[in-house]
Amino acid sequence: MSSQALVEIHEVNFAYDSRPILNGINMTFPKGKVIAIMGGSGCGKTTLLRLIGGALKPAHGYVQVDGQKIHELDRQGLYRMRRKMGMLFQFGALFTDMSVYDNVAFQMREHTDLPEELIHDLVLMKLHAVGLRGTHDLMPAELSGGMARRVALARTVALDPMLIMYDEPFAGLDPISLSVVGNLIRSLNDALGATSVVVTHDVQESLKIVDYIYFIADGVIVAEGTPDEIRASDKPFVHQFVHGEMDGPVPFHYPASNYSQDLNVQA
Amino acid sequence: MPITKGLRTIGSRAVNAVWRTGYATRFFLMILFYSGTSFRRFHLIVKELFSSGVMSLIIILVAGMFVGMVLGLQGYETLKRYGSESALGSLVALSLVRELGPVLAALLFASRAGSAMTAEIGLMKATEQISAMEMMAVNPIARVVAPRFWAGVISVPLLAALFSVMGVFGGYVVGVVLIGVDAGSFWSQMQDTVDFQHDILNGVIKSVVFGVAVTAIALFEGYDSPPTAEGVSGATTRTVVQSSLAILILDFILTAFMFQGD
Amino acid sequence: MERTALDLWVGLFVVAGLAALVVLALKVGNLSTYNMSETYQLQAYFSNIGGLKPQASIKSSGVLVGRVTGITLDTERYEAKVMMSIDQRYQFPKDTFANILTSGLLGEQYIGLVPGGETELLKADEVIKKTQSAVVLEDLIGKFLYSKADGS
Repeated sequence: MSSQALVEIHEVNFAYDSRPILNGINMTFPKGKVIAIMGGSGCGKTTLLRLIGGALKPAHGYVQVDGQKIHELDRQGLYRMRRKMGMLFQFGALFTDMSVYDNVAFQMREHTDLPEELIHDLVLMKLHAVGLRGTHDLMPAELSGGMARRVALARTVALDPMLIMYDEPFAGLDPISLSVVGNLIRSLNDALGATSVVVTHDVQESLKIVDYIYFIADGVIVAEGTPDEIRASDKPFVHQFVHGEMDGPVPFHYPASNYSQDLNVQA
Repeated sequence: MPITKGLRTIGSRAVNAVWRTGYATRFFLMILFYSGTSFRRFHLIVKELFSSGVMSLIIILVAGMFVGMVLGLQGYETLKRYGSESALGSLVALSLVRELGPVLAALLFASRAGSAMTAEIGLMKATEQISAMEMMAVNPIARVVAPRFWAGVISVPLLAALFSVMGVFGGYVVGVVLIGVDAGSFWSQMQDTVDFQHDILNGVIKSVVFGVAVTAIALFEGYDSPPTAEGVSGATTRTVVQSSLAILILDFILTAFMFQGD
Repeated sequence: MERTALDLWVGLFVVAGLAALVVLALKVGNLSTYNMSETYQLQAYFSNIGGLKPQASIKSSGVLVGRVTGITLDTERYEAKVMMSIDQRYQFPKDTFANILTSGLLGEQYIGLVPGGETELLKADEVIKKTQSAVVLEDLIGKFLYSKADGS
């Protein structure tokens, strides 16, 4: 199994200044799978993606992608590695000064010497795959949120990456767009033979499409398993998260001093 | 206690300022270092020349015309007292070519194009477009920042020259056409006193320096702005304030170097 | 690469800007009088140059024939040494007079060359012997006052 792993995260610690974010994380993403990383807001999920992408360096441990330790690469090595990765940002991050067509064509023009006619065909194929071939001469501002997300998805897979990362792909989408994007994540992964990592807190949608799930809380992995295992799990944290309960291991109240003292009420 | 606290605030501000200066310098050097792409793919610069240079044309031409007309009017009123109205041409041209053209064109450029650059790059950062570009293995300094920088450096001297020409024309309209100063002495006095090397080339050098300063400040503020709405609006304001001050201070320094002694 | 409307606008902008520079150089400035095809150098010593500056014009019979290229103080003679470059087309006799004159009462100062009668011509890098210094207004007034005092 480990020889088949595309990404290996080994004992990773990370802290912003002195605020610890991740603490001894171990993960393995096998080739061809779709993996979800879940957890509450601000638990370090996005940080994890940045570590894989090489935007951040771990304080301890390493992230290994395709046999290479990311933090040991120099700038050129990192850029070579990133050409094999795609990342979909939370709100798409389409280039607002370029048309949909130019957005999807961006990486092809930057990284390849393909003739413009070939780029044209490739761009339309990518847009067709997300069902938006008709939008190619619109500007990003003319798209709805769900459409923008799909165009961004087409741009992410423009160079057929081996690893696709999704940062909150479901945030702020209506139910229809949400399941469209969810199904695209799965079908593009299988069509390209890629490996996908989805960082999300949308439990129901991800349970439908992923192969394996990691739960992170307070910088450590608190639970992991296949969707079926997660649904059946009786761990209090997983139960609270999957069913969206208000109170549980993740408390409703931010830590504070005694309530009655704060209100100056004598008990 | 309040004294030590105040000292600490001053100290940390000072350290911060030095830190930021160093970061800005590194940013500036990186722009120069990664400029190769801009010149190999010149259409990147052309696109930015349009949004910074061409879009500033109207304001520069109109402002230049009116500044020249004011100079013509004021200059005439002053020179008349000494009976040397014929020197109006040299007064208008010298003030424009040496000072007002480069300085005012750069100030207008800072508020018209510089602030737009800051806002654009700040928003690209806030909407993760810069991060997205880095994740696509494209260097945003080479692809986004450097073309804007060179477009600014090319635009400002051209705009300053247009400003000066429009100003001379405005001075001519008021002085010669409206007031009736002799056209011959207007032009010949002008040509006698305005020296190509001493006045015009120095004016061009000034406007190139201003162009570098304004665009570098605008791009740095945008690139360094906090990725929030307030962050971007604050950075835009800082761009206008800082580049205006930089223009005026640099103008004094350059003038002291260029025109000392005569 | 195809041409776009954007290229046209940018092209217009650049052409207009460069044209403005040319206008400044030729119409507003004095570049048109700069390019005297071939020049040769002459020197002259003056006891007082008044307000003469480098780039001041050199005229003969009112025609521009050259420019002052440099002014230094000669510490052996304690006189101002003025370097001039003169258009090759104009040659002057050995006994030419170099006078520092003023255009108008308060105008710019320039050097006027008044040719003498000799047949031998000044060669390049030679020194004009006969010079007349600038008229300094204070000296003039001073002289006037003294002569008044003497006369009474």
